[in-house]
Amino acid sequence: MLKKFDKKDEESGGGSNPFQHLEKSAVLQEARVFNETPINPRKCAHILTKILYLINQGEHLGTTEATEAFFAMTKLFQSNDPTLRRMCYLTIKEMSCIAEDVIIVTSSLTKDMTGKEDNYRGPAVRALCQITDSTMLQAIERYMKQAIVDKVPSVSSSALVSSLHLLKCSFDVVKRWVNEAQEAASSDNIMVQYHALGLLYHVRRNDRLAVNKMISKFTRHGLKSPFAYCMMIRVASKQLEEEDSSHDSPLFDFIESCLRNKHEMVVYEAASAIVNLPGCSAKELAPAVSVLQLFCSSPKAALRYAAVRTLNKVAMKHPSAVTACNLDLENLVTDSNRSIATLAITTLLKTGSESSIDRLMKQISSFMSEISDEFKVVVVQAISALCQKYPRKHAVLMNFLFTMLREEGGFEYKRAIVDCIISIIEENSESKETGLSHLCEFIEDCEFTVLATRILHLLGQEGPKTNNPSKYIRFIYNRVVLEHEEVRAGAVSALAKFGAQNEEMLPSILVLLKRCVMDDDNEVRDRATFYLNVLEQKQKALNAGYILNGLTVSIPGLERALQQYTLEPSEKPFDLKSVPLATTPMAEQRTESTPITAAKQPEKVAATRQEIFQEQLAAVPEFNGLGPLFKSSPEPVALTESETEYVIHCTKHTFTDHMVFQFDCTNTLNDQTLENVTVQMEPTESYEVLCYVPAWSLPYNQPGTCYTLVALPKEDPTAVACTFSCMMKFTVKDCDPTTGETDDEGYEDEYVLEDLEVTIADHIQKVMKLNFEAAWDEVGDEFEKEETFTLSTTKTLEEAVGNIVKFLGMHPCERSDKVPDNKNTHTLLLAGVFRGGHDILVRSRLLLLDTVTMQVTARSSEELPVDIILASVG
Amino acid sequence: MEPLILEPSLYTVKAILILDNDGDRLFAKYYDDTYPSVKEQKAFEKNIFNKTHRTDSEIALLEGLTVVYKSSIDLYFYVIGSSYENELMLMAVLNCLFDSLSQMLRKNVEKRALLENMEGLFLAVDEIVDGGVILESDPQQVVHRVALRGEDVPLTEQTVSQVLQSAKEQIKWSLLR
Repeated sequence: MLKKFDKKDEESGGGSNPFQHLEKSAVLQEARVFNETPINPRKCAHILTKILYLINQGEHLGTTEATEAFFAMTKLFQSNDPTLRRMCYLTIKEMSCIAEDVIIVTSSLTKDMTGKEDNYRGPAVRALCQITDSTMLQAIERYMKQAIVDKVPSVSSSALVSSLHLLKCSFDVVKRWVNEAQEAASSDNIMVQYHALGLLYHVRRNDRLAVNKMISKFTRHGLKSPFAYCMMIRVASKQLEEEDSSHDSPLFDFIESCLRNKHEMVVYEAASAIVNLPGCSAKELAPAVSVLQLFCSSPKAALRYAAVRTLNKVAMKHPSAVTACNLDLENLVTDSNRSIATLAITTLLKTGSESSIDRLMKQISSFMSEISDEFKVVVVQAISALCQKYPRKHAVLMNFLFTMLREEGGFEYKRAIVDCIISIIEENSESKETGLSHLCEFIEDCEFTVLATRILHLLGQEGPKTNNPSKYIRFIYNRVVLEHEEVRAGAVSALAKFGAQNEEMLPSILVLLKRCVMDDDNEVRDRATFYLNVLEQKQKALNAGYILNGLTVSIPGLERALQQYTLEPSEKPFDLKSVPLATTPMAEQRTESTPITAAKQPEKVAATRQEIFQEQLAAVPEFNGLGPLFKSSPEPVALTESETEYVIHCTKHTFTDHMVFQFDCTNTLNDQTLENVTVQMEPTESYEVLCYVPAWSLPYNQPGTCYTLVALPKEDPTAVACTFSCMMKFTVKDCDPTTGETDDEGYEDEYVLEDLEVTIADHIQKVMKLNFEAAWDEVGDEFEKEETFTLSTTKTLEEAVGNIVKFLGMHPCERSDKVPDNKNTHTLLLAGVFRGGHDILVRSRLLLLDTVTMQVTARSSEELPVDIILASVG
Repeated sequence: MEPLILEPSLYTVKAILILDNDGDRLFAKYYDDTYPSVKEQKAFEKNIFNKTHRTDSEIALLEGLTVVYKSSIDLYFYVIGSSYENELMLMAVLNCLFDSLSQMLRKNVEKRALLENMEGLFLAVDEIVDGGVILESDPQQVVHRVALRGEDVPLTEQTVSQVLQSAKEQIKWSLLR
């Protein structure tokens, strides 16, 4: 024993860590001392500390060894040493999820929590709740209720916080304790009040009325705890947001009154809540902004940081509201905390004038290397916003971006920069050449595959159109030589695009591609072989169809169609036109700076949506032989008001020669069951109704579906736009709302629905053509028609472009949907696929004098789509 | 995008860390699953230490989390919360932890003293934050509740005679058994 002590003394004397070389097995061995009597509290507490230290260091304890140590520890409850007892509670909590049968200590803990020693009671409650599951909870419910209203704050707080943890698994039991929590909420102790309010809110949060009552009650009397104020501000702003009510409600008044609280924490919480409220006016923001302005000169770094970060948020939406703080923000530009300085500068960039940009950029570049990636992304975003605001500043900003691109940085940061550069290139053509050459330099040494392939794609698209395309070839071919297969494949595609658009370079491109045919990787080799063969044909149409504009079909759809084809071998060659088209064009997400994952989501959903429809329709025998589903209308149309007896939505499905109208019906009357429901349709044009597929039964509140099949007009195929008057027919049977029993007898009834429009957009699927000109040439002028119209009601080009795109339901190409400022002519390029799978392209030249005059040229591989387009526009 | 309005909740603190001047963990308590495995936790601690140990700037944004910190001689204290959390609340937790320890260690907030008082640290953190909820923010209260035994003065604070006295007692105990 003495020896041991000496050793410890020596160690601590040397200043080293007494816990440094702890061996798990040795410590657990030591734990046997717990079984000795009398108990040596000091030694045992030290061993428990060692065990906790090991767990804390991330050491893994096996179930058996933990259980063994745990059971040995239970002996220590015999000792009355306070520190030892408290260490036991901690050990119980730490081991509650590792060891088995921890509930054995329940009675000891219950004894402590109801005992005389106040210092034991709080921790005992917390330990007890940690080992209790919902079945055991009933047994200690009585003690918990008492503990919540206990007059000792630490006991009450412990019980309230533990109840909050228990809510997750035993909501129904804890719910019964609200009366006690209510009592605790009026406690004089600040922490007890905070915890009680928190528990009350969590129990009641689905009951809006109760929450509102709670807010008004506690805000009227005023609260003692700053934490409780923060909590109430959050609750109030949540209510405000959900209610969507105007800001003159008492809730908003409460938040605003908190701006005058004496605690900084509360003032800041209130200011930040106001800033984050959607749809706040400049006047409502003003008081919040002025307290944040005061915080900017606080000696506390955290407060300055919080204030400038919130101001930065305001500046995104209301830059003018922050201009008053510009002077204070200027002072923070040199702050020793770089996070604060960065936020101050990016805020100033949003609010300041054009003249201050140069100075601020210089300032920020001096410490760019010191800040974390998160803030670098913030800086890039600020620059991106600036570029849109001050197009003349491109040169300065681009240079700054390129410097950053060359520095070290993570993927998110680099992607933000590349996104920003690409959007600048797209916005203005004069910066294209410099931008491209810097990006070329970047991919020379780029570790991120995604960025490299993306830049290669961009080079392939934009490079051939520049004055000196040959200078990019070296960069692209270097990738083929140096990179791994994904980048090589991307580089090969880019090369082919140069060859397809530039005849002078074609021979050298062919030589380069021939070298790639020998590549190790399948994909690279296949691409090279394919492009080589296409290019050698020297036909513009082939180039356009297979190199410049990719496949427009949906990939999962293609996979399924091919599988189907291999299962049923036939003499006919596979027809690509039978494959459903991709519902969302591929390249659209690029311009927004939202993260890629977020933008990808809707595309996936849309693709599966059409697949779901296809499967549902295929299950209906009446619809066999209609061929593949061409298009489903993107949003269901409501044919009833939302608050009526029956709610009907219609989705239009277009096939090659037919249309199917799908009616999703819901019966909102609980004393009726509808049977044999159909929707009768009367067309105004020569459409022909072929059959109705009824919904057999429509009980209360269970949606059902019925269909109507119509044939498209044959005699006058150009008359595709049509209005249908709709009427729902059904048999009503009364039923008992409580039991759901229906009468046997029913009667016929009708219900008039709103008219349904079929427009030309229902017959055309949007398609993205990356290179419109090539596609235009590919289709050729065999079926070209041109006509001129006057749009007498539209007064601006933007409006005209918007209307045309919406009316035709086609995809605007090459960013031609954006009308440059101060121009009175514009060319809109649209691409789509007509049902039956024929490409249709429309070039529409617009001229603005007093009204808009429009010359429409349409091309397609068939005559019909062209006629239809011109007929419908007229 | 992320929701602008915070879901009102008492779960404020995501983690409390204490590192030494080599960036090694002396104490770490994670209250949610932001970093579920020990490996991810250590990587995060390494990152946090690299970004903060040279500057004394009190607050930073790292890996999408708000980190408030404070250093004392060879110790680094960190309190971590969501980036939407009220920074001043996290600061209140950090100050409470630091002040409590400084009182318990008699203003001697350094690695050696802390290691000799590990149990005090464990108990203090347990009183300040429970499962991510701020339990107490007043250092006086915390120290009072931890209530270490009076005679349990760290060895370094004892005079030679005291040490001898306690050693004697230890011997007596072992002989008596």
